[in-house]
Amino acid sequence: MNEPPQQHYLELSENPVQFEHASSVNNVFFDEANKQVFAVRSGGATGVVVKGPDDKSSVAFRMDDKGEVKCIKFSIGNKILAVQRTSKSVDFINFIPDYPHTEFSQECKTKNANVLGFCWTTWNEIVFITDQGIEFYQVFPDKRSLKLLKSQSINVNWYQYCPETAVILLSTTVQGNVLQPFAFRNGTMSKMSKFEIELPVIPKPAKLSLSERDIAMATIYGQLYVMYLKHHSRTANSPSAEVVLYHLPREGACKKSHVLKLNTTGKFALNIVDNLVVVHHQSSQTSLIFDIKLKEPDCAVNTHQPVLPARSIHPYRMPLAGPAVVPSQPPMPCQLYSSSWSVFQPDIIISASEGYLWYLQVKLPPTVNLLQDKGKLMDFLLRRRDCKMVILSVCSQILEGGDKGSLPVVATVFDKLNQVYKEYLEAEQSYTVAMESGPSRGSAAQKRPVRTQAVIDQSDMYTHVLSSFTERKEVSHKFVIAVLMEYIRSLNQHQITVQHYLYELVIKTLVQHNLFYMLHQFLQYHVLSDSKPLACLLLSLESTYPPAHQLSLDMLKRLSTANDEIVEVLLSKQQVLGALRFIRSVGGHDNVSARKFLDAARQTGDQMLFYTVFRSFQQRNQRLRGSPAFNPGEHCEEHVVHFKQLFGEQALMKASTV
Amino acid sequence: MLMISPRMASGMQEKQYTPSLLSFFIYNPTFGPREGEEEKKILFYHPSDIEKNEKIRNVGLCEAIVQFTRTFCPTKPAKSLHTQKNRQFFFEPEDNFWIVMVVRNPMIEKPNKDGKPPTIEYQEEEILDTVYGAVVRQCYSMYKLFNGTFGRAMEAGGVELLTQKLEKFFYRYLQTLHLQSCDLLDVFGGISFFPLDKMTYLKIQSFVNRVEESLSLIKYTAFLYNDQLIWSGLEQDDMRILYKYLTTSLFPRHSEPELAGRDSPLRPEVAGNLLHYGRFLTGPTNLKDPEAKFRFPKIFVTAEDGYEELHLIVYKAMSAAACFMINASVELTRDFCEQLDSLVGPQLTLLASDICEQFTINRRISGPEKEPQFKFIYFNHMNLAEKSTIHMRKTASVCLTSVHPDLMKILGDINCDFARVDEDEEIIVKAMTDYWVVGKKSDQRELYVILNQKNANLIEVNEEVKRLCATQFNNIFFLD
Repeated sequence: MNEPPQQHYLELSENPVQFEHASSVNNVFFDEANKQVFAVRSGGATGVVVKGPDDKSSVAFRMDDKGEVKCIKFSIGNKILAVQRTSKSVDFINFIPDYPHTEFSQECKTKNANVLGFCWTTWNEIVFITDQGIEFYQVFPDKRSLKLLKSQSINVNWYQYCPETAVILLSTTVQGNVLQPFAFRNGTMSKMSKFEIELPVIPKPAKLSLSERDIAMATIYGQLYVMYLKHHSRTANSPSAEVVLYHLPREGACKKSHVLKLNTTGKFALNIVDNLVVVHHQSSQTSLIFDIKLKEPDCAVNTHQPVLPARSIHPYRMPLAGPAVVPSQPPMPCQLYSSSWSVFQPDIIISASEGYLWYLQVKLPPTVNLLQDKGKLMDFLLRRRDCKMVILSVCSQILEGGDKGSLPVVATVFDKLNQVYKEYLEAEQSYTVAMESGPSRGSAAQKRPVRTQAVIDQSDMYTHVLSSFTERKEVSHKFVIAVLMEYIRSLNQHQITVQHYLYELVIKTLVQHNLFYMLHQFLQYHVLSDSKPLACLLLSLESTYPPAHQLSLDMLKRLSTANDEIVEVLLSKQQVLGALRFIRSVGGHDNVSARKFLDAARQTGDQMLFYTVFRSFQQRNQRLRGSPAFNPGEHCEEHVVHFKQLFGEQALMKASTV
Repeated sequence: MLMISPRMASGMQEKQYTPSLLSFFIYNPTFGPREGEEEKKILFYHPSDIEKNEKIRNVGLCEAIVQFTRTFCPTKPAKSLHTQKNRQFFFEPEDNFWIVMVVRNPMIEKPNKDGKPPTIEYQEEEILDTVYGAVVRQCYSMYKLFNGTFGRAMEAGGVELLTQKLEKFFYRYLQTLHLQSCDLLDVFGGISFFPLDKMTYLKIQSFVNRVEESLSLIKYTAFLYNDQLIWSGLEQDDMRILYKYLTTSLFPRHSEPELAGRDSPLRPEVAGNLLHYGRFLTGPTNLKDPEAKFRFPKIFVTAEDGYEELHLIVYKAMSAAACFMINASVELTRDFCEQLDSLVGPQLTLLASDICEQFTINRRISGPEKEPQFKFIYFNHMNLAEKSTIHMRKTASVCLTSVHPDLMKILGDINCDFARVDEDEEIIVKAMTDYWVVGKKSDQRELYVILNQKNANLIEVNEEVKRLCATQFNNIFFLD
């Protein structure tokens, strides 16, 4: 391998499903629906070992050897086992406890038809696909019998099944390129609209030209697609192979929707991982990935180039496990892209000769350095499952680079993150509203929106990116402030309420560099939104920057819920009359503590001020209670004594005089 | 303290003279301390055609007055001298450098019968010290903006260079002084800020940051719209004087061709696919001109270690103007200007139309502008923000006010009263002709309101002002 190891963006799962490799006595089968591998020894007589995607679904049993097994599959939940041994019938064995275990059999209804295979659609519903049509049965394990629910006759070359959507695709006509999908749901079978695959060359005379190997079905971004591997042909004007995607909606016509350019020729295999189409190329031993949501500006509509340059799957060493372990033996490097590999949808790779089943996985960190366009990279990452930490690391990387002209890039990245963030917040909001208005309203019960990893909120950005970034010494403060403002701009543009800790970060940075006038201007235009914590922070800056006092008071005033704080600030500045006038103007005069004001007035040492404040409260008492005297609860006794000392008993307002 | 102004009672034949500049000179007493060398003290004298001995006499007089008043208060010598015919203002901006401005008092010429020469009546009390004191200080600040301190010229080239610089600068500058229209706003020397919503403001921030990042030569940026400030990367005091220069000198000079229409240089430039309206107000008028010179005015602003010299590039697209300041030691090339033009032009054009759109939306929300019952001037010492509904748009030549000069003088008087004390206060004056004038001072803010309400009493006026504060100034803390 010439390329650095971190550039492999695809890897095989670390814990593969291991099974006994295929041999003359051991036949191996794979069921895509349950993702189970069946190792059938001697037709089942010496044992059948079923390895599922996890240990719980592994089963081992024996069955009578009644001939060569052609196909073997459990119904969903391992309830019933179906085994096809002849081209005419399928045998069933109950795996439900307390049910009779003896086999029962079902012949296909159509005369002279050969059973090509079968698919379980539920725990007790099964579809036979014959060369003359399909037959949809319900199995009654207790009665050991089947009931035909529906059938359809049609000439079939081969079929494919997509278990996720329970859709069966049949290849019909002589050339095999007219595909007829059927959908199954709760005992019903519905015919979907058929469509034709454009062949690169029309053979003359007509013969079967569309191979089962070149067609795969998978759901990508929640939509069902039929993928067609269109090989290059010398006669037709197609220099290299491509994958053509046909979108198969539940209702309506199937449409050719995307073309993936492979830019090479040879043998290919397809997987779907994390909504990416992975194309393996055997001769170069590399793989390509495509993201059908990634728009290519310089390509025709829906024509896609690979997202990243071709790379091989990360080198893999066979884990040492099972009975074959020899302690001294080093792990064996595994031959990747081996011709013995079988690839299944969506993300399964099986090496039957070695007895391994892997899941293909996408590793995101290596993609970061392979995709130079950061905007495109973000688009790509935001649609991946485990993207959060990678995205955050990309953000840090962009900021640390501090390259010239990186601000527009920073802005683009922030905008993309906040778009996703905003969509989530909106969904959450409308969910909350729907919940509050009661479940009775609205027919469809709304689902709580799922918070994917792509939702990167302000606290994520703060914790993982911004707080450490602002502390870096080598970054110019100009750039730090520009980045913070850019983030705040982006949040505002997406109508997301900015959290005050971001403002605090801005203020902290500005204060550190004595950029008070800048801070002043930001506050003047309300870029840093009003809040009590922010107002208090400003108050604390007053000693270094006196105008902060005015800014803080303005903010408290605008909050309109901070009248007490305003009074405190004014009193602390010995502006007792101002405080009194303010509290009167907002109608809070009746409820304030007289003692607080009298304390402050007395502290000023201004006797006339004390007199004024004292009399003002006496008048208030008179108005409220009909007497100028203070209540004991107000704790103003010492001030009454003080007043008498200064101005004499007769200066006190008497109840009778009013 | 109200008097009926003679102006208002004057008859048809009377002739009214507004205050005017009699002389303006700068001297340094240490430059010619010995007898017979007095002329050396004089660094600049306007008008220049005055006889030498008279110049020396006038300078000597000023020197004597300052010296004399120093005996009473060594730190604060006389600032002005009131005489019947004129008033002199003294200002020492740098050690031993004195600027003196002599203003002739306004006067009325009354024709006499029987062919006698007309009687001249000087109005000694009409001029406000604060206003003209501020004008003198502004003269110095403006000189300093473009030339640096007197001391700097002395260091660089001695008296000879300094006198040259003074001559060059003040010869033109004094012609632009319009003493008759100076008023309270000159005292404040404030900055009018453009009202803007948060989002558009952030876009401007983003624009400024991006330009400064990609053209890293740019050290500071200021952004204006409609001659009002939106963003200043300069410190407040530097911005204050630069703003004054931009709004009273540079912009008005360039607004005429814009208004003229067809012959204007406002040709949309095609850069790439983007149409833009950007152009340089300083430096090259036409980038395509092979003869174009890439020289920009230089300005001096305060820096951590004294001052720094900068190129001033003013670039405008529609009503949006961006000032870019670049270290003067860098030579600006055609390349750089083209780069700036192609980067800033399209973005600034877009921003300008964004701002314009936002502005119209906001105006529509706040309703059509009605002529209010009152006029006001607001000033905040903290951020130098000023707002006046009294002043019409300033042009290069005149500053129009919509109220009578007598009312303006009352505002000035109230301002003097405010300056004397630190406390918050409020002054209500009933002027003649049914006007009420209210001055309010709260913390660092001052508000002056002129109400035209016949038969209103003190309580009603007070209520009216409260209402005004509640509607116009509801988002700031204003003590009642």
